[in-house]
Parts: sequence; C-alpha cells; structure tokens
Amino acid sequence: MWEKIKEFASEFFVTGDPLIYGADVTIVLTLIAIVSGLTYFKKWKWLWREWLTTVDHKKIGIMYILAAFLMLFRGGVDALLMRAQLAMPELNFLPPDHYNQIFTTHGVIMILFMAMPFMFGLFNIMVPLQLGARDVAYPFLNSLSFWLFFSGAMLFNLSFVIGGSPDAGWLAYPPYSGTMYNPGVGQDFYIWGIQISGLGSLMTGINFLVTILKMRAPGMKLMKMPMFSWSVLSSCIAIIFSFPILTATLALLFLDRYAGAHFFTLDGGGNPMMYINLIWMWGHPEVYIIVLPAFGIFSEIVSTFSKKKLFGYKSMVWAMMIISVLSFLVWAHHFFTMGSGADVNAFFALTTMLIAIPTGVKVFNWLFTMFRGRITFETPMLWTIGFIPCFIVGGLTGVLLSVAPADFQFHNSYFLVAHFHQVIIGGVVFGYFAGLYYWWPKMFGFTLNERIGKWAFWFWNIGFYCCFMPQYVLGLMGMTRRVVTYSWDKGWWELNLVSTIGAVLMAIAFLFQVWQIVDGFKHQAKNRDTTGDPWNGRTLEWSIPSPAPVYNFAVLPNVSRQDEWWEQKQSAGAHQTIKQKLEPIHMPKNSGVPIVMSAFWFIAGFGFIFDWTGFIYTGLAGVVGCLLYHSFNYDTDYYIPVDEIERTEAAIRKVNI
Amino acid sequence: MVPSNSHQTPEGHGSFKSYTIGFFCSIILTLIPITVVMNDWLEGTWNSVVLMTAAVLQLMVQLLFFMHLREENKPRYNLISLVLGLVILLVIVAGSMWIMLYNMVAV
Ligand code: HEM
Ligand SMILES: [Cu+2]
Repeated sequence: MWEKIKEFASEFFVTGDPLIYGADVTIVLTLIAIVSGLTYFKKWKWLWREWLTTVDHKKIGIMYILAAFLMLFRGGVDALLMRAQLAMPELNFLPPDHYNQIFTTHGVIMILFMAMPFMFGLFNIMVPLQLGARDVAYPFLNSLSFWLFFSGAMLFNLSFVIGGSPDAGWLAYPPYSGTMYNPGVGQDFYIWGIQISGLGSLMTGINFLVTILKMRAPGMKLMKMPMFSWSVLSSCIAIIFSFPILTATLALLFLDRYAGAHFFTLDGGGNPMMYINLIWMWGHPEVYIIVLPAFGIFSEIVSTFSKKKLFGYKSMVWAMMIISVLSFLVWAHHFFTMGSGADVNAFFALTTMLIAIPTGVKVFNWLFTMFRGRITFETPMLWTIGFIPCFIVGGLTGVLLSVAPADFQFHNSYFLVAHFHQVIIGGVVFGYFAGLYYWWPKMFGFTLNERIGKWAFWFWNIGFYCCFMPQYVLGLMGMTRRVVTYSWDKGWWELNLVSTIGAVLMAIAFLFQVWQIVDGFKHQAKNRDTTGDPWNGRTLEWSIPSPAPVYNFAVLPNVSRQDEWWEQKQSAGAHQTIKQKLEPIHMPKNSGVPIVMSAFWFIAGFGFIFDWTGFIYTGLAGVVGCLLYHSFNYDTDYYIPVDEIERTEAAIRKVNI
Repeated sequence: MVPSNSHQTPEGHGSFKSYTIGFFCSIILTLIPITVVMNDWLEGTWNSVVLMTAAVLQLMVQLLFFMHLREENKPRYNLISLVLGLVILLVIVAGSMWIMLYNMVAV
C-alpha cells in the first residue's frame, strides 16, 4: 500500500528539481497563511459575500487585475530564470527540458493569463462607468467569465508542481505537442487551462459587445462614445470571431492526443501544418485584441492631459474598426517559411503592411492632440509618452518582418523576439499600466504616490530598451529563439549580458510598482480623492464619486455631446444641478453559482488531463447541475429603494466635503 | 442588466403558424439526410451535396423561424454580426484551402 502511494506520488508530483521543491514549500506555506489568516480574522463570510460571489462589475474588475498582477509575477519570474540562463555562454543553470517548460509557461501566462485578465479588468471597471450605465449587460455571466478564467489559470499553473509543465512553446505546435513526443500530461494541462479560460473570454467578449450596443446612457450616440469604449467594441468583435477558432483548434489537438485522432499527426492523413494555419487565425487577431484597448486608453489619457479634444475622433474610430476586421486577413505572416508559395506570401505580406496604415493614423492623432495642448506629466501621461516612440519602433520592425523574403532571415530569431516584446510590452503592458494609474483613484478612491510611480516608469523604460534593443542585433547575428545556451566563440555574450541586466531593471521596476500600491493603501486616508475627478477628466466616469457607489449613477446622465462631462464643466454656469427625481434602482443579486460551476469545470478539466473518469463525470455533472439550478432560480434581482440611495449619496457627499 | 422590459417592445416573437411551419420544415430537412444515408440511396459527391444542402437550409430555417432574424428592429446588429461571421468563415475556409493546397509538394 505504502509503496503504491509512493509510486503514485513520484509520478503525480514533479520531483527532482530544487527550484520546484522550493516552489512547493512556498505554495504550501502561502496557502496555510491565507487560510489561517482568513479564519483568524473571521473573514471567510466577508470574502464570500463581498468578493467571491459578487456580480458587481467594479469588484470583478479588481479581482481580474489582482489575478493579472499575480500572473505577471509568475511570468516575470519565468523570464528572469531564462535571462539568468542566457546571461553568459555555456551556463548550466537550467537544463534544456526545464528551459523548454519555462519559455512555454512564460508565453502562455503572459498573453492568456496576464494580458487578457488585465484587459478584462479594465473593461469591467471602466466601460459601464464611461457609458453612464449601472452595470454590464449580463452581470451573472460576467462573474462566470471571471471564475472560468480563474479556474483555467489555476489549472495551468498547477502543472509545474503536479504532473509536469507543457514544453511545446506558447502555441503548442504539433507534432511535438502530440502524444508521440509529449506523452506526459503537460500538454493536456495546456489544452484544458486554455479551453476553460477561453470560454470565459468569449463570454466576456459577448457581454461587453452587448453592453456597448445596448446600455449607453440616454442620448449617447455611438459617435459620441468615449474612445476607450470604442476600442473595447473593436476588441470584442475580434474576440467573438477569433476565440471559437482557438477552441476548435485545441479541441482537435485534444482529440489527437486523447482519442487517437489524426488531425495533426504525420501519419493517418493528418497534417501538422494545418494546426499552424488554424492557430494563427486566432493568434494574430489575439495580438490586436490585446493592443486595441491599450490604444483606447492612450487616447483617453492624451486628451485629458493635453486638455484638448481628441484629434481626429472619426478617423480613430475607423482605424480601430478596420484593424479589428483586417486582423483576420494577415495570419499567414507567421509562417511565411512554411512553403505555401510566392502568391500566398505576397498576398499576406501586403495585407500585413496595410495594417500598419491605420496604426500610423492613430499615432498622428495622438501627436496632433498633444500639439499646442497644455500638457502635464502625471504618471498616466508619462506612460503614454513612453509608449509612442516604443510602439513606433515595434511597428516598424513588424513591417520589416512582413517583407516575406526577408522574413526567411528574421523568422524565429531574436529579432522576432524583440519585435513582439516591443509591441506587447511597449504597447499592451504600458497601455494597461497607464490605464491602471489613470483610473486607480476611481477604483479605490485615493491617489497613488507620483514619485514612486515615476521611479517605476523610468526603471521600466530604461530596463525595456536595455533588454530588447540588443536582442534585435543578436537576431541579426544569427541567435535563434528558444536556444538554451550558446558557446563563447559566437560573440553573443556581451549583448546577452546587457539584455539580462535590462530584465533585472524591469524586475526592480515591478517592485517599485508593488511598493507604490502598498504605500498607497497605507496612506490612503491622506490621499483621498474627494472630488471624484482628480485629473480634470472629460468622460462620464469622472462625474461620479470615487469609488463609485454600487449603482454607479444615482440618476442616469443625459448625454448630448462627446466629452460630455468636460463640456458640462465648461458651461458650469448654465448647467445647474437640477434635482432630479430618484427612482428605485434595479440590481442583480450576488450568486455563488459561477464560482461553484467553475470549480466543477476545474474538476472535469483535471479529470480529462489525467484521464480519471470519476473526475470527468463528477465535474461535468456538477456543471450541468449548476446550469439547471441557475435556470430555475428566479430570485436573481432586487431593487435599491430611494431612501437608501439618498442615504448613500449623502454619506458620500459628507466624506467629499 | 439589460432592461427587463425589452420583452415588451413590439419586436415580434413569431406566431403559432410560423413556429409550426418552421417546425415541419426542420423535421423534413432532418429526415431527408437520414433516409438518404440509411438507405444508401446516393454515393460520393451527390451524397455530400444533398447532406450539405440540407444542412444549409436547416440553418436558414433555424435563423428565420426560431431566431427571428427577419423581425429584428433597426439597427440590425444580429444581421450584421451574422454577415460578418459568414465573411470570416469564408476567409477561414477559403484561406486555409489556398494556403494548404497551393504549392503542395507531398500527397
Ligand atoms: C505594424 C504592425 C505590425 C506588423 C506589420 C507586424 C508584423 C509581424 C510579423 C510579420 C510577424 C511574424 C514574424 C516571424 O514569425 O518571422 C510578427 C510576429 C509577432 N507579432 Fe507582430 N506586427 C505588428 C504589430 C504587432 C502587435 C501590435 C503585436 C501585439 C500586441 C504583435 C505581436 C506579435 C507577436 C506576439 C508575434 C510573434 C509570435 C510568435 O511567433 O510566437 N505584433 N509580427
Ligand atoms: Cu501577426
């Protein structure tokens, strides 16, 4: 018996690596600390009622961003491990198979479990407030989306202590990701982690599309909508049409692995290239899904901190919509070297270059918005100004890559690595940071320390260039991506060392940010945002108190112009606060179904990964049970009575004076 | 939440007659392929053609009679998304065929 348990455990848990044992200990200790802390302070009920079962978009948004920061930490540690291994030639810090696992989990985590939830967090927090709405279109679904994402992310992250991590790169190309070369459970963790959270992403896409189309404040025509909301709309369109492709592709890969199908195998009539073709049909739209909202954030910030209307609103809208559709027509630029022939490559090179045009239009719009504006340099604006040159360089190297014949040289070299990190860090991550700093006071009701924020900004930026500029050169010198080490005679070590130093600088920058947030919470009493409008903003989210009450708007605003709140402030004389009549507000009730159902998904996923039928049946039965329970539950909403609204508003105002 | 009174807007939700027609159409369109396959009436290309035609017609029946595609108020977001979806589907299928079959050396 004991022998059997030992045998099982040595298979089930990942063993043999001191780094992993360290992680095991840390995980267990952290879990013990969290559980005992919650029990000691009697916070379980509070946690369940206020957070785990909430359907309030603002709280869901905060949970998304918290999860994204945790994932940024994990992905960042992965990155530092890789850079440590590459700092010098011929190091043996990470063995090759471990190195493969680390670059795989790094990529998956950063894109799917860091960038996506960070983005959804910002969607949640700001879109309803900008639109003058009281919630998203489907609050229950929203909570379900979050918990599905969370289950998927946890499942994926479990792989490095249980069963073994995936190691076939962030897109898991077959045949290497098939059972022939990857008989372990790592790739199944990959598939199920992404499938479960992918369900959540698709539902979020639908939710926000409907929110934007149907829930705008009275009078807010589409063409008067704030630019961030436009960017969310364009991103959601791409989500809705691209995530099903991902789900189908991974389902086929799963059938190959689990049921012995031959979609992507080399024998039995399959073709691994088909996988590459399909996965990039999702993969390319995905990179625009995450970058478009960042464009929206920059547009808001540029106009607020230049105290000017956004230049070229209409062209911006068109640029975004065109990008979101055009992003479906360029996917083959990721495999120019696959051998599809000159016509195919020429077509896709052309469409890829075309996409740079609307992107360029946006850059000019931002520059012209700043032109002759009264610019101030608070942290959100700093990130915006840091972003523009960085993104221009990243976009230009993208255009270089899109020259198909030249790409035979650049492809899968460090040049490519540098390109996508430049657009993703310089565009996406900087954008979300800018958004976080910009909307932080609205989320939490206090402002952050600007000095620490500026340190973080400079460390991030200097670290970024220091890390990735050398990689362009390394790529041209012939260093290919995903190599675990290199010899002294290559002449690559100086640049690699510089690159590692840059990575360390960015790690320090991250610590600055954590410090800034901790410091903010510590001194929040001193830094209260009593006005609700700390940056002299332009859009509706700044017209309500910070943090916003549960119902957001006591009275739904009437919108007649772009930048409605700014215009109202300009004509303050004409606009008196007419005491409007309050009405009871219709609100959704909290629900435990999303978290329970996602837990069942987790169990089912775990069952599929280890092929434990008991788990599969339990999990799926639980999911169906939750669906039924929710379908027959009619107690899903309530009304906030007028006197309670009055009391809340009065209380907020008292604090505010 | 989406205002619950949206049910009461004049947006049509079909009549008894339209539901009945839709129901029978979809039954017939299900029976045709089943009988064809069960009785081995057709083979090869013709078989596929019949099956696919029935599938496409079935899709239309579902959209028109049960999803009320025709009765939507303006702006017709459902129709727009459907068309965009079809365009992207076309891109996926035609694009994949072009990429995968062009210059194919093996097979
Ligand atoms: C001006 C716009 C852009 C152009 C012309 C462009 C072009 C390209 C090309 C041609 C490749 C393939 C290179 C190769 O594999 O050899 C590529 C890779 C990549 N690009 Fe871009 N890009 C642009 C913007 C972006 C943006 C905005 C993002 C993300 C936010 C992005 C993320 C990526 C990623 C992640 C990869 C590589 C993925 C991989 O192979 O694992 N790109 N880009
Ligand atoms: Cu691409």
